[in-house]
Amino acid sequence: MTTKAVLAAVDDDAAPLTHHQLRELYTLMAAVRHLDTSAVAWQRQGIIPGYAPELGQEAAQVGSGYAVDRTRDFVFPTYREMGVARAMGLDMVGYMSTHKATWHGGMYNPLESRFAPIQAVVAGSVLHAVGWAHGQTLSGHAEGETGVAMTYFGDGASSQGDVHEAMNFAAVMKAPVVFFIQNNGWAISLPTERQVAGGSVAARAAGYGIPSLQVDGNDVVAVFEATRSALAHCRAGNGPVVIEAMTYRRGPHSTADDPGRYRTLDEERTDAGEDPLERFRQRLLDEGVADEAFFAEAQRKAEEEEEAIRTGIEDLGPRPGAEMFGLVFQEPTPALQSQATAWREESEHV
Amino acid sequence: MSETMTALPGIEAAAAGVQQLSMQQALNRALDEILAENPKAVIFGEDCGRLGGVFRITDGLQAKHGEDRVFDTPLAESGILGMSVGLAVAGFHPIPEVQFDGFAYPAINQIVCQIARMNYRSRGTLPMPITLRVPSFGGIRAPEHHGESLEALFAHVPGLKVVSPSTPNDAYHLLKYAAARPDPVIFMEPKSRYWQKGPVDLTSVDAATAAHDGGADNGSNLTGARVAREGRHLTLVAWGAMVARCLQVAELAAEDGIDVEVLDLRWLKPIDAEALATSVGKTRRAVVVHEAPLTSGLGAEVAQLITQSCFATLKAPVERVTGFDVPYPSGDLEDEYIPNIDRILFGIQRVLEYRRG
Ligand SMILES: Cc1ncc(C[n+]2csc(CCOP(=O)(O)OP(=O)(O)O)c2C)c(N)n1
Repeated sequence: MTTKAVLAAVDDDAAPLTHHQLRELYTLMAAVRHLDTSAVAWQRQGIIPGYAPELGQEAAQVGSGYAVDRTRDFVFPTYREMGVARAMGLDMVGYMSTHKATWHGGMYNPLESRFAPIQAVVAGSVLHAVGWAHGQTLSGHAEGETGVAMTYFGDGASSQGDVHEAMNFAAVMKAPVVFFIQNNGWAISLPTERQVAGGSVAARAAGYGIPSLQVDGNDVVAVFEATRSALAHCRAGNGPVVIEAMTYRRGPHSTADDPGRYRTLDEERTDAGEDPLERFRQRLLDEGVADEAFFAEAQRKAEEEEEAIRTGIEDLGPRPGAEMFGLVFQEPTPALQSQATAWREESEHV
Repeated sequence: MSETMTALPGIEAAAAGVQQLSMQQALNRALDEILAENPKAVIFGEDCGRLGGVFRITDGLQAKHGEDRVFDTPLAESGILGMSVGLAVAGFHPIPEVQFDGFAYPAINQIVCQIARMNYRSRGTLPMPITLRVPSFGGIRAPEHHGESLEALFAHVPGLKVVSPSTPNDAYHLLKYAAARPDPVIFMEPKSRYWQKGPVDLTSVDAATAAHDGGADNGSNLTGARVAREGRHLTLVAWGAMVARCLQVAELAAEDGIDVEVLDLRWLKPIDAEALATSVGKTRRAVVVHEAPLTSGLGAEVAQLITQSCFATLKAPVERVTGFDVPYPSGDLEDEYIPNIDRILFGIQRVLEYRRG
């Protein structure tokens, strides 16, 4: 499919991507693909208890994450944004520690990375993005300098009331927010047509007067360009934008899921369309941007990276139990302190 | 506080000293000073801007501090609380309002799953200095959902703190104190007490500011319970609007020679266990009074804390006088539901007449 503006075009005169940038995008996608498939294998091998794969969503994630300016923007993810995290240059051991069950939310620093903690309530973080974005407005940045909040959610999450509240708030307040929907066709077992009334999530934006566009979520360049222009639109003080990236979640929803109960492999092959990584590789080859040696090198780097991350998370010991008590509040309560003391005495026999 | 600060409607101009203010005025005054002292403080909710809130707690604040500091939101509680999270991440100190206690329910997801957990989830890097103001409890013959007592629900959630003032003075100081905290505080305002006047000591404003800077107690013991009345024979434990009622009961009991101590718990989380131990350690008898339903209410928590510290010296099991396990009734039945003077006196009687079987 092609990029389609649903309400109004949000365009800018940004230059086309350089060859260097195109190659960088490919390298990122290859790294994400390899880490993602490896993480599923890690789960099978007992290295991690669970994972939410994103096979097929690499273009949507890398393309959008690559457009984020880490010096001023802030991303509010859900649980399936590994590719965004990688494209933004997060500490991936810290990121993967959530899936290792080391710490809910991850072990990276959200303030430094500009990537809010991973959280599992679908649509929970969409309103946070609006609040953060309104904070940018209140802080009175000069036009064109403002930070933009990017919030990621799925077609399933779009059924939550919080998404309505968030879009309405953002539109009323003209908050600089990009609502980035990855419509991967499924919310666990429920297909989009039984999830989303009104044709698409992007179409809903019209009801709030928010410009929106649907983009081919399997085309990394299209996703990048749409996100870049949405960010520019927000930065210029024009309020929020909705982007619905149409993609497909190949394979299971999570490592605990059995997609065979709701679709066949044949359906998956037909509906999923062209593999976004393969498609981009072909394009780079056709345009003479990259050659086989480059792809081989990208793969080698991806493998090296995966190995380092796997070693990193294998080395992550369990967190000291005292953190359970120490990180609830900035100012702990007496009851919590005495519970911590009792726990220490009873578990460590001090 | 700056000398040049103009007074808001209904508040006399004097900047310091003791003034007679209603709780509504005291809260309004506190919010006004918080905005003046903390440039990161923002107040928002339904109708709190131009109207000044349906209870006028934010009266005049938008006109004085501007629409960036005090603003109206669309009518959506989850939106208001979810937005608070993002503002806190952006470095602001949100002071959101839900218009009535019962409308905190639509925001429970954001309060429990997000606000209460963000500090923990982010390993302390994203504190949530959010003070949620909730006009709380019954007593004003309001429609359904306008008189709920949610303290046990909030207090049960790890990551939240809960406080409820009972006097204009405490309303003023506790709100300033709560708004200066780096953790989320649910501030439960006893709406039936909004219009009662009482002395408010405005001289310790600087001390409250010190608490904001240093995180320390500001000298007026804002972190714990308050002995509202000293007594020898029995302790009534209460909070919010029930404190005033218990004081009335204590006067009546005194006529019969029963000397009642009234402990205003103020903080419902953390509960001041030490104050309970001190008071009941002295009186050896206790009755907890609350408007919320009996079952799994905070009265049970208080009773357990007392049992733990005073078991050996208690002369009777801790009694509870509470609302009933029924949905909050309409106005005509309100007086039957909220602990009244007679029911509290019966509670006292049960404790005084208790004999080991
Ligand atoms: C509020 C809430 N309800 C239920 C769940 C359980 N759950 C986890 S993921 C999911 C489907 C979400 O689908 P979608 O938003 O399309 O995102 P996707 O997983 O496809 O990326 C459900 C029902 C949840 N996490 N949060």
